[in-house]
Amino acid sequence: MNINNIKKEFPIFDEKIQNNDLVYLDSANSSQKPKVVLDRINDFYSKKFSNVGRSIHYLAVAATNLYENTRSSVQKYINAKDKNEIVFTKGATEALNLVANTLGQAILEPNDEILITELEHHSNYVPWHFLRKSKNIKIKFAEVNEDGDIPIENIEKEITNKTKVIAITHLSNVTGAVLPIKEITQLAHSKGIVVVVDGCQGGPHLKLDMQDLDCDFYAISCHKMYGPTGLGVLYGKKKWLEQLPPYQGGGGMINEVKKDRISYGELPNKYEAGTMATAQVIAFDQSIKFLESIGIENIVKHEKELIEYGQEILKKNNSVKLIGNPKERGGVLSFTVEGVHPHDIATILDETGVAIRAGHHCCQILHDKLGIPASARASLGVYNTKDDLDKLNDGINNCKKIFDLK
Amino acid sequence: MNLKELYQEIILEHGKNPRNLGKTENFNKDAKGNNPLCGDNVHVYLKLNEQRKVEDISFEGSGCAISMASASIMTDLIKGKSDNEAKEIVEDFLGMIKENPELKNNILKEDDKTKLMCLSGVKQYPMRVKCATLSWHTLVSAMENDGKETTTEN
Ligand SMILES: Cc1ncc(COP(=O)(O)O)c(C=O)c1O
Repeated sequence: MNINNIKKEFPIFDEKIQNNDLVYLDSANSSQKPKVVLDRINDFYSKKFSNVGRSIHYLAVAATNLYENTRSSVQKYINAKDKNEIVFTKGATEALNLVANTLGQAILEPNDEILITELEHHSNYVPWHFLRKSKNIKIKFAEVNEDGDIPIENIEKEITNKTKVIAITHLSNVTGAVLPIKEITQLAHSKGIVVVVDGCQGGPHLKLDMQDLDCDFYAISCHKMYGPTGLGVLYGKKKWLEQLPPYQGGGGMINEVKKDRISYGELPNKYEAGTMATAQVIAFDQSIKFLESIGIENIVKHEKELIEYGQEILKKNNSVKLIGNPKERGGVLSFTVEGVHPHDIATILDETGVAIRAGHHCCQILHDKLGIPASARASLGVYNTKDDLDKLNDGINNCKKIFDLK
Repeated sequence: MNLKELYQEIILEHGKNPRNLGKTENFNKDAKGNNPLCGDNVHVYLKLNEQRKVEDISFEGSGCAISMASASIMTDLIKGKSDNEAKEIVEDFLGMIKENPELKNNILKEDDKTKLMCLSGVKQYPMRVKCATLSWHTLVSAMENDGKETTTEN
């Protein structure tokens, strides 16, 4: 599939949004959905629907097969060693909560240290904070540098003999910095530290290879990968998923239930309690196929060109200040405009159909560090074009006009 | 939708040069407010004298043009009013932003009401209503001085 012509695969771009063509620059928040994914949801609910894994009638078996097919597709897409290392969750947030909670139960002791970074999204901080409250675990922050990067030295510096876990983002949803997960993992493993990666932004923008990265856990958000909402994936090394306790209890995750004892099911059922987001899982298979049909190499190349172009035009626009200048930037351009608050920028851009996000993007620690309460963020997906970025720039110029700035 | 109605001259002007910005001396009541969704925050200070009149009022904070202008205009209009009058004005303003076409109170002069009506443009922008109302909710908590932080999410 040719990436230069890909908007037509997404029905939303046929819509007029308040009489405008949609210029969607909010994919880091959530991406739009291609027709193949929408069709699969409809097809499943209208022609093939049944719950999975329980009944033995025809539809139940067929639905179970579709559900498990997605697991295999995800396994291949992220190059995990084993199918049972793929656990479906309600989102990356739940995946990270699962890891923090179960590691907390199984291996963490009071005064142990978790090392995160100043770039982390609240969903890779708050779950660890729970352990700070309940188990008196310490949280340390590796410092972000002025380019919006976390150099590996800043991580190394914070490691002590109490450090048990490093929980870190693959790609910052604010500065766009791509962090060297493979090197960080090598460093961590040499000291017996578990590595948990928030892969929300890595998922849609980077080539994923779990065996190469070698991290212990990797959380994915399917709705940012051209898939349905209400779904995430937790990749976890088999040795960990086997060893850690279950997270939620209920149907589907058990082996045998007696009045005086309960035994739990095998992987991956152990972590999939209750009725799962069945239709979403089944439709996500189409998201993976969609990504594969473009080719991640082509996506990376396309987005790199756009990021370079976006940086170039925004740098030329005086009064725009780009946030961060990381060595390797993926998918995200955050900025401020001197004299115009990000919310006002977002409202004014919206008037011409340009959808961006304004706020702290769930990264308050980073914004505090930058000394700003909020920023504006344009984030990219496969469907964006240079024309979209020109419209962004026009919109910024319109803000300057309204606010009477030079 | 109409950006001109939202960003009227008065709003831009107050947004750029907010009145009563800072921490008033000898305040005896204050409250903080924040909007966790977007990170806007405001801190309202007032000096309520023995006759329960707002002798002085000011605010600190950061936010968009709408929230800054709203806080600025609010502090301008509330100064010199009794606490009951202030509460009535707040209620009237919030009612107007929510649903009423006009302000109903008999406390403010007509030109002050006109000034306040400049904020009515946010009605067309549901996501921005909280920007306009945060400082007003915070003023109420300051007067009640219950020490609770106001958030737009309650
Ligand atoms: C870096 C990062 N981490 C975590 C999340 C949360 O992901 P989810 O919406 O799947 O729970 C997001 C999305 O907002 C994100 O950008």
